[in-house]
Amino acid sequence: MQKDVHSLLESSEFKSLVAKRAKISILLTMLLFVSYYGFVLLIGYNKPFLAQKLDEATATTLGIPMAVGVILASWLLTVIYVIWANAIYDPEVKRLRAKLFGK
Amino acid sequence: MPPVTEQAAGAIQTTLGTPTLPAIVFFLIIVAITLAITYWAAKRTKTTKEFYAAGRSVSAFQNGLALSGDYMSAASFLGIAGMVALKGYDGMIYAVGWLVGWPALMFLIAEPLRNLGKFTFADVVAFRLKQTPVRIASAIGGILTVLFYTIAQMVGSGSLIKLMFGIPYEYAEIMVGCIMLAYVLFGGMLATTWVQIIKAVMLLCGVTVMMFMVLAKFNFNPGDLYAAVSTQYGQAALEPGGLITSPIDAISLGLALMFGLLGLPHILQRFFTVPDAKAARISVLFATGFIGYFYIIIPIVGFGAAALIGREVIINIDKGGNMAAPLLAEFLGGTPFLGFIAAVAFATILAVVAGLTLAAASSFSHDIYVHVIKKGNATEQEEMRASKIATLLFGIVAVGLGILFKGQNVAFMVGLAFAIACSANFPALILSIFWKKFTTAGAVWAILTGAFLAVGLIIISPTVWVDVFKNPKGSELFALKNPAIVSMTASFLVGYIVSLLTKDETAAQKFEDEKLRTYLGVGSE
Repeated sequence: MQKDVHSLLESSEFKSLVAKRAKISILLTMLLFVSYYGFVLLIGYNKPFLAQKLDEATATTLGIPMAVGVILASWLLTVIYVIWANAIYDPEVKRLRAKLFGK
Repeated sequence: MPPVTEQAAGAIQTTLGTPTLPAIVFFLIIVAITLAITYWAAKRTKTTKEFYAAGRSVSAFQNGLALSGDYMSAASFLGIAGMVALKGYDGMIYAVGWLVGWPALMFLIAEPLRNLGKFTFADVVAFRLKQTPVRIASAIGGILTVLFYTIAQMVGSGSLIKLMFGIPYEYAEIMVGCIMLAYVLFGGMLATTWVQIIKAVMLLCGVTVMMFMVLAKFNFNPGDLYAAVSTQYGQAALEPGGLITSPIDAISLGLALMFGLLGLPHILQRFFTVPDAKAARISVLFATGFIGYFYIIIPIVGFGAAALIGREVIINIDKGGNMAAPLLAEFLGGTPFLGFIAAVAFATILAVVAGLTLAAASSFSHDIYVHVIKKGNATEQEEMRASKIATLLFGIVAVGLGILFKGQNVAFMVGLAFAIACSANFPALILSIFWKKFTTAGAVWAILTGAFLAVGLIIISPTVWVDVFKNPKGSELFALKNPAIVSMTASFLVGYIVSLLTKDETAAQKFEDEKLRTYLGVGSE
């Protein structure tokens, strides 16, 4: 078993699974950073941009939909991850486990 | 055209602060239901797996709700609504920060955590490291986090209950302590989970109803609501104000909020209650959805309170603005709706404190008693007894500290808890999961560096040095309000350097097993 474990961990299939997961985790975390810290830095460096009104007839500022947008974007990122994990990661895990246990 | 608001400062009558019949009825209903659930859960809480982890029987949807219930505190419900009411758009910026940790939790650690852990996050940190030193260090980081979080919750709850029900502060503390102890002592994680689920559902329903009632006054057009706010308080209420002045300060606080979540013991413990990694992942999807929805709705409640009640009236009742939401509830739905919202706020407090107590008790009994004192050789019975004693003791300590810190400025303690969580617990956790060369010494030094830097730097920062100790402005020795950017980086660096300088052969050998478990769930409990 231990020998099988070692060869499985060294197999290109397992390594590519680990690499794929790392890639998507880091990519999505980066997108989260861009959306949230982008918003924070925008507030820090360019308040007038967020303070501009959506149009002449309204009091609503651009900042309001942007704050809601950051929350929605964060949630959408989790949706993307779950879709990826359900469609690609889980079947691959199932396959590798079956291989290890010889089923 | 925005409708004419019925705002008349000073003229608004409120029953806030007196125990009205509807408030008492709702309160008793909640207590009766949750205690009945505790009775039911007690019969299913005989083993440690049931006590700490609800027998891993919680579904992804239930855990998503319970996570929301564990996280959405009275401070975020009443506090953020009040902040939006008084400070406008700044409150909205603040609300966004509380959500963004959740996706990071999913992408980085939710699944490995579920696959590697048993009952506490220290199980994961210590997976392949030497048990005694790593368990002690993790328990220090974990318990410090929970302790500061609990003090902030208890002090806040005492004042809130006093404001809403008129019950003296000390009685409020003891009441919260006793009810919460009943849940945790007898019903363990199963009862705590259901209390959190009920609270989350009530809170989400409560704010949804409030949002609709507010929007109904403004032709169901948020634009009309904003116009009314702008007319009364000027356009500045809808623009970023003084919350973010220094971008580096904002980023440091953002890091604490984002990665602190990944180091909160009571949140992490919830991932051991679901059957597998897939359920862990999906529970974060639900939690992010519920919590995100909540933070989108809350500003509408806050702006509604500003437009319909008026800032002056809100400040008259409570300077911090905490009563904005309850006052609005009374204005919109009379005494019965106020009673409902007050009871929801009370349930919110109970659910959060119960989760914190369970996490602290687990750390004492599972990490310290079983793995350090008993060297991993405790019987099931001994561990159960230890966990109950630890629960009781922590409950008493929580009430005691709540009373001790009465009237003190403890707002900084939530920021401190997040700073310790992201600087002590999170780096050790993620390095232990993903980095082969991480050693026992590296883990211990990373945790201690993060914990002590976070505490030390916040003391000499404006947050405590100026705001709490009342030293003159500008005399602080450390400029950032939240130290996360320094203390978290230092923890990672120290963990990295010490690991390179020390050898831990067992840890490196066990990394294969850990990897198999992290990615494929082989051998997971």
